[in-house]
Amino acid sequence: MNRINEVFEAFGSALILAWRAFRSLPSAPRILRRVSEQGYLAGYTTLPIVAILLFFIGAVLALQAGNTLRDFGAKQLIGTLVGESIARELGPVMVAILLAGRVGSAVTAELASMRVSGEIDALVTMNIPPERMLVLPRLLAVLLITPVLTIIGNIIGWFGGAIVCAGVSTIGVEPEMYFQALKQYLTVQDIMDGLIKAEIFGFVVMLIACSTGLRTRGGPREIGFAVTKSVVFSLIAILTLDYFITKALD
Amino acid sequence: MASLRLKSFSPPVRDDRSPVRISVSGLSKSYGAQGVLHDISLEVKPGEIFVIMGPSGSGKSVLMRHIAGLELPSAGTVAINGQDPSLPETRDRFALALVFQSGALFNSLSVYENLALYPLEHRLCPKPEIRERVMRALRILSIENAVHKLPAELSGGMKKRVAIARALVMEPQVILYDEPTSELDPVMAATIAEIIATLKEQFSVTSVVVSHDRDLAFAIADRIAVLHQGRLIAVQTPAELRENRDPIIREFLQPAINLQEPRFKKLEANHD
Repeated sequence: MNRINEVFEAFGSALILAWRAFRSLPSAPRILRRVSEQGYLAGYTTLPIVAILLFFIGAVLALQAGNTLRDFGAKQLIGTLVGESIARELGPVMVAILLAGRVGSAVTAELASMRVSGEIDALVTMNIPPERMLVLPRLLAVLLITPVLTIIGNIIGWFGGAIVCAGVSTIGVEPEMYFQALKQYLTVQDIMDGLIKAEIFGFVVMLIACSTGLRTRGGPREIGFAVTKSVVFSLIAILTLDYFITKALD
Repeated sequence: MASLRLKSFSPPVRDDRSPVRISVSGLSKSYGAQGVLHDISLEVKPGEIFVIMGPSGSGKSVLMRHIAGLELPSAGTVAINGQDPSLPETRDRFALALVFQSGALFNSLSVYENLALYPLEHRLCPKPEIRERVMRALRILSIENAVHKLPAELSGGMKKRVAIARALVMEPQVILYDEPTSELDPVMAATIAEIIATLKEQFSVTSVVVSHDRDLAFAIADRIAVLHQGRLIAVQTPAELRENRDPIIREFLQPAINLQEPRFKKLEANHD
């Protein structure tokens, strides 16, 4: 029962935090520097991992699908399968998972450490709302960088598939045919649906990270627990939301 | 040396804000089943230096966090000029600075940025004036050389001085000091005591100091409150407190070191 209460409390706190943060939105022009710093931290440093991961996801997808579709005589559709899978599902989900692991964990650790060392209390006594100074810049940054990361990840994933199709002799699909199939069936709507998903995932990951960090009490041990909790909650939220958003967008 | 520096410090231009009164009435605080503060009532007069003393675990810091508006009472009220200190509106009206025991400096910001944060965020004055204010505060605390350093590069004593400098830059009406002289050498502790007293003289700031340091308390306090096990057992002037014969207060103020009958052995015997 306590566990359930804790989950509801965490959920409620996150919603209140989001509301308080966006209430400070009129002060956004004053925090542009912090938004760009956070955007750099979250985006630029995550990009290489996104690129590597999605390249290999595209490659493995093409390899697995290529051999099966070849047996059915439909290997010209590999481009469609890889393109759609990455744009609608794997791109946004993988980017969100990387954001949770790479950025969300760091944000939770930073805010939890600020809470434990009294920095958050210092902000409160100075009448500087932590929501404005610490949370809003991170939420805005993640809203700005997630679609960009997803688009770049998608493109790299598609190329990963194309390289495997051309390079693996048992598949033997030329890049021209691969990209033609990809273009033929992949619509702007598919890409937009993926970006909407990514945007929601990114926002939720950052909100969970900030909320968990700011709610931390205790010492160094609790900071570690908070980071684990933030990543686990984020992963659960990503996969749960994925189902409902996919259903809603169908 | 310190007092010379302080005398050369020209007071910042204050608006019509005057020092404030702090009222604590029937304050009790519990965490779960554990009661930490029990029915505390006291009044800190405008411009007064009010020192809260007591053994470790007596609830001094919790009381201070209530005055700062960082904790909500389980019962009773805390008010700054009649306003609830936990409300942002109150903090807008009355500038309140809390000097944390640990310093609570922002680790990702340099010393300069730590000090400039409050006036920048509240747009108190143009940037050149903020720079002037920050450098003046650093000069008072003799830490101008640390201006570009990060908190991680500072010693414990330096961090404490930066925290006090940050409070000075805020030009507050109330300053709350949590153990301002802990971790400091005797000379620096004396300097901090002089600074606290001078701030009162020059700016009539209402100061609340939580401390174990008897020398500090008797040197600068207008009145001293003694807490014991979450209860207020005395609020007196230093002279009155010196004459107080209450055994708990005597034990706290003048603990004799008895090697023949150590306290811990008595405690163990009582426990058995």
